Amino acid sequence: MILQLFFIVIAAVTLISAIFVVTAKRLMHAALWLVLALFGVAVLFAFLEASFYAVVQVLVYIGAIAILIIFAVMLTRRMMDEKGAQLNKGWWVAAVAAAALFAGLLAALGAWAGFQEGPGAAPDTAVLTQFGIDLVDPSKVAIPFEVASILLLAALVGAIYIAADKKGGKG
Amino acid sequence: MIPLYWYLVFSIALFCIGLFGVLARKNAVAMLMGIELMLNAVNINLIAFWRYFFAGSTQTDTTRALAFVAIVFVSAAAEAAVGLALIISVYRRRQTIIPEDMNILKG
Repeated sequence: MILQLFFIVIAAVTLISAIFVVTAKRLMHAALWLVLALFGVAVLFAFLEASFYAVVQVLVYIGAIAILIIFAVMLTRRMMDEKGAQLNKGWWVAAVAAAALFAGLLAALGAWAGFQEGPGAAPDTAVLTQFGIDLVDPSKVAIPFEVASILLLAALVGAIYIAADKKGGKG
Repeated sequence: MIPLYWYLVFSIALFCIGLFGVLARKNAVAMLMGIELMLNAVNINLIAFWRYFFAGSTQTDTTRALAFVAIVFVSAAAEAAVGLALIISVYRRRQTIIPEDMNILKG
């Protein structure tokens, strides 16, 4: 009972801050709301007993991606603060599309038999150890894992190349 | 016990909020934030299915689901890095981060 109450509170906080992320007038506020939403997701990972990913969520999303976004907001700040609409003229079309997708997915989900499923057996700590072993085992997921790390390396090198100031002046 | 569909409904809601952000925001950085929300919704979904159907089993499925989530994380990080670099580069050249104004290819 108390667990369900906690879940509802966390989910409500996350969804409300997500709504502020997409509607906040100042971009910096949106970025800070995004941190709160990401933290709520990390708590839900902990709820799902995926301890590893709860930590990774805090490290990678809040520690790296959110900070990167805050840097980008500050680097491009003069652009559009306060005045003027932050939403496109046709924002209501987007709202209708998102609401329609929400309704459609809910309907599809309601038609699925596993809808009311309770949780299976809890994972033990051996799962995490096994996961670590599988990540470097060539007959398991070592190759996708290495491909992912090369993708990340290439993306970061590309990002530095794209963002570098080649003329050296204030552009 | 929390039933599975609570997580699924939560992740659908988060995904749709992110989709609204991507479609409706003027600012490119804000659109990237919407994409981050959508990727998080996907991860919640993957982890929820892992926890409810595969966590207790000892087959390889249980770690494969986790590896899938790891790859979503990596692509999210790569996407954020490249996207923000592109935005900063465009800002430096054209002094704008509004996709509507990036119309240099318009006929």
